[in-house]
Amino acid sequence: MVFGAVLAGGKGSRMGNYTVPKQFLPAGGKPIIVHVVEKFLVHPEIDYVIVGVNPEWLQHMTDIVEKYLPDADRLTVIAGGADRNSTIANVIEEINRISGNDDDIVVTHDAVRPFVTLKMISDNIRIASEHGVCDTVVPATDTIVYSDNHEFITDVPLRSNTYQGQTPQSFKVRLFEKVYSEMTEAELKIVTDACKMFMMKGYPVYLAEGHVSNFKITYPEDYKMAQIFLGDNVGVNENDQ
Amino acid sequence: MINNQYKLTSPLLIERQCENIDLNKKGHVIVKPTYLSICKADMRYYFGQRNAEVLKQRLPMVLIHEACGEVIFDPENKLPKHTKVVLLPNIGGKDTFYLENYRLDSVFRSSKADGFMQEMISMDYEHIVPYSKPGSDSVFSFTEFISVGVHAVNSFLASSHSRRDNICVFGDGALAYVVCSILKNKLKGCKVTVMGINPVKLQYFNFVDEVINISRRRNFKTYDHAFECVGGSASGTAVNQIIDIIAPQGTVMLLGVSEENVALNTRMILEKGLTLMGRSRSGREDFVEAVSLMEKNKAFASRMKQLISAQVEVNSVNDIVRGFDLAKTSDFKVVLHWCV
Repeated sequence: MVFGAVLAGGKGSRMGNYTVPKQFLPAGGKPIIVHVVEKFLVHPEIDYVIVGVNPEWLQHMTDIVEKYLPDADRLTVIAGGADRNSTIANVIEEINRISGNDDDIVVTHDAVRPFVTLKMISDNIRIASEHGVCDTVVPATDTIVYSDNHEFITDVPLRSNTYQGQTPQSFKVRLFEKVYSEMTEAELKIVTDACKMFMMKGYPVYLAEGHVSNFKITYPEDYKMAQIFLGDNVGVNENDQ
Repeated sequence: MINNQYKLTSPLLIERQCENIDLNKKGHVIVKPTYLSICKADMRYYFGQRNAEVLKQRLPMVLIHEACGEVIFDPENKLPKHTKVVLLPNIGGKDTFYLENYRLDSVFRSSKADGFMQEMISMDYEHIVPYSKPGSDSVFSFTEFISVGVHAVNSFLASSHSRRDNICVFGDGALAYVVCSILKNKLKGCKVTVMGINPVKLQYFNFVDEVINISRRRNFKTYDHAFECVGGSASGTAVNQIIDIIAPQGTVMLLGVSEENVALNTRMILEKGLTLMGRSRSGREDFVEAVSLMEKNKAFASRMKQLISAQVEVNSVNDIVRGFDLAKTSDFKVVLHWCV
């Protein structure tokens, strides 16, 4: 089976004064996360969708599903873990409960990237099926600079070889289990990105084509941009509540 | 759910924009377009050949009204996932006395409503026609175009007099080709003559009874009826030539679109008692018949395949631009394999 995993473990600490995590903020008449879940639900190759949500917001997400997606029968909301990779591990536990087949694939996606397209999901499924793991990227337009001391530049990689990572990130479930089990406690503490784990254990992570519009709603400016894209009045719209 | 639309915001400029579509709209399914076909009408908008007032009123707008796709989500579970469907661009008005395609309050996609150049579209059951022939999706993309031919020929059969021994079709483009194919299919024993000016395009019409390069011929025999599929600036010349050579009480089917008013030899129309009938769009039953023709009639389906001059895989706005540029120089249809 092919699973969509919407990762919503964040609490939105960079979103200024808003008291709810950013994935629950309204845009285009519904919470941002609903747009994401809907895209995965309509995708013809996705068999089932699992939402991994911060435990404190589990009931809130369950209520959202009840309100906006009452007929969704291929959808489960589960509690996420302490960090991104442990949330994925919880999702995989749920996948094994639902399916448990050796060829299961999971397409993981940030709950705050509502502009993901059907094509990005399709490309992820295709590449993960062929190569085991892939990451969605866009070519870097700004020059990426590297600083390992946070004081001055220690490297300037060739721009034509640099990309910005987005999501979805997709992989074969069994491969993730293998890689995750090989990670030490110390490694898990510093690695926040699933694809980085695969790289560390020697698996090539293939590139899937993203798009600049698939941006992550991180700062209030991003939220405003998402609202503009969806034709909203900028700011929290009372009619959206 | 967030949907991406590819809108013409001004001539030659297509932008990706978002809209919010309702996943659970009653009686609607979500369709992902798979193949789109560029029509002359789309090109007139894209290249800014409509008058400035029309462009100002209608843009920004999503182009393309010829498309097929796959059902990806049906909240009522009537149509299985991956059901292949042809998309109908006509949104019929209220006065059912008239055919759905000619009601004054009808809305046509890529004209007064957004067309099919979208990531996905919410369509009601009445505006999709399932098809099942495997491996021919690109041909089904221009079913709308074929259905216009079906509609014109059926209208002709319903109203013209019954002497139909010789019919001439003016034009050497895709529409003339479709009309000739349908006439040959429906009127066994009737001699179909095509008249055009482009020798390369006329080569394609080897299934009709007679091919005449009108620029090289001065004397013509008489035809019982005629179809005008020329349109554009040559429209008037073509219709007046038809008026000259058609037999009394013949029916002249006008199918070519002209942006300019056309002066006609009304004296001869009256003298011969001719009937001029305009047909440009089609309704659901025409789509159903067009789909059936392509599913069941192998020769017809193969002929329609000949109409694809080029196919462009579309992954980005740049590919759309390439498709429209190609359409300008192609003999017949340019099909966009819609991979966005």
